[in-house]
Amino acid sequence: MTGKLAWTKIALPLGVAALLLLAWDAAVRVSGSDIFPRPHEVLRGIIQLIEQGLLLKYVVASLFRVTWGFTLAVLIGVPFGLFLGWYGWAFQAFNPMIQMLRPISPIAWIPVAILWFKVTDKAPIFLIFLASVFPIAVSAIAAVQNMQPVYLRAARNFGLTQLQLFRRVILPATLPQIITGIRIALGVAWLVVVAAEMIAVNSGLGYLIIDARNAGKRYDLVVAGMVMIGLIGLVLDLLVRQLEKFDEVRWGYANR
Amino acid sequence: MQANPTVQVRDLWMSFPGKRSGEQVHVLERINFEVRQGEFVCIVGPSGCGKSTLLNIIGGFLRGSRGDVMVEGQPVAGPDPRRIFVFQENGVFPWLTVTENIGFGLLKKSEPERAKIVAHYIEMVGLNGFERAYPRELSGGMKQRVEIARALAANPDIIYMDEPFGALDFITRLKMRADLVRIWQSEKKTILFVTHDIEEAVQLSDRVLVMSKRPATIQTIVSIDLPRPRDLDSAGYLETRDRIFSAMGMSLRIGENEKEALPISAQQPV
Repeated sequence: MTGKLAWTKIALPLGVAALLLLAWDAAVRVSGSDIFPRPHEVLRGIIQLIEQGLLLKYVVASLFRVTWGFTLAVLIGVPFGLFLGWYGWAFQAFNPMIQMLRPISPIAWIPVAILWFKVTDKAPIFLIFLASVFPIAVSAIAAVQNMQPVYLRAARNFGLTQLQLFRRVILPATLPQIITGIRIALGVAWLVVVAAEMIAVNSGLGYLIIDARNAGKRYDLVVAGMVMIGLIGLVLDLLVRQLEKFDEVRWGYANR
Repeated sequence: MQANPTVQVRDLWMSFPGKRSGEQVHVLERINFEVRQGEFVCIVGPSGCGKSTLLNIIGGFLRGSRGDVMVEGQPVAGPDPRRIFVFQENGVFPWLTVTENIGFGLLKKSEPERAKIVAHYIEMVGLNGFERAYPRELSGGMKQRVEIARALAANPDIIYMDEPFGALDFITRLKMRADLVRIWQSEKKTILFVTHDIEEAVQLSDRVLVMSKRPATIQTIVSIDLPRPRDLDSAGYLETRDRIFSAMGMSLRIGENEKEALPISAQQPV
């Protein structure tokens, strides 16, 4: 039974992928387009990028920016969110501003980022930070506000100091929801790095796409870049998901 | 020492602000009672009558509107590690193992001392073999045992229990009651236990405080001098139980109108 399930778990998605590739190939042939690449041309593009050493260079450049922007967002967003969740007055003071800044797409910040940071790595790092700090802070706020009151009452009963209360109860009680926020934020960060690299810098997967189009309409490389972005995004999500499997947080996710 | 009151409630009143502005909901009125050291006292009353509120005031989680609550001669100023509360909704921390939960209140003790105390109480509540389990791997009854062990391990003078077995099934509840009485007999703690289950109160306690509907007053205090272990078929048990039932204005004959029930003519048409 489980063996059969595991088999379908691999076979079904592969089947869907194969169908999509066939449909893609057929659509290009039927339309007679000589600009849009067929799947095997994209594969050839990827191989060409690997041979030139560009793929690794660009992937590393993009991941470098995401790592910095995202780490900064976690370091600032989590404590800030916990603080706002705990102190009602701080939440009242800051929440309207957060809710106003949050809907501004990070893309809209690109001109500002270039103005402040020129065409350096700092511009996309700033944009990634902006994109991921809000989901992280908001999930930390909600995590504190939704904490079961019984845990706090039990902790108060045992006479914990403020610091012990934070370390032994508030932090572990909110961690599952914070990790969920971090997962969402990493997804957004990966979306934003591509957009930022199209405009603000001269390297990375986003730059690869826009450069391949501008310098000779190399759509095989454009789609190759897209495929790589998708694959790396998938791997990043799988990695963050591993965090949810620790015993200390597993209680926070129903039926997993 | 034995006869000294450890909990004293004097002329306690409690009201909450109601939904409409200026409105006050009176929950407790003129509550007076004492609990002696080592005594097992149950508080029973109809659902929503304010018995949990009363226990929360005594435990220091809420403040009464008027009157005094003294524990060991001191007015209650807040929760205190010398008196541990066992919660109805289970306050076991899901991110800690059974061992870590039971040792939660023992941070000041040395590591080997803590391990010894935890092992002792794991044995006492019968959780051997589950030391490294997480609460999500335990049944409701086992989780409640963890919480009781955590309370005992902190070595409090008094344990407050707010319907701790309310969410358990019938058989588990019976077993938990027997275990609690056994533990109480060996540990000699004072226990103040809130329940809506009259049978539970009669099975467990030395005295039962019977509360009225809201605004709750103490209607009567019933002493239960039945020997332990208690025989649930004995005439004495049944007589005591019925006395409390009738004090709460309830009939034990299913299908008969309650004493307070409206006459048929005044009831809603079916």
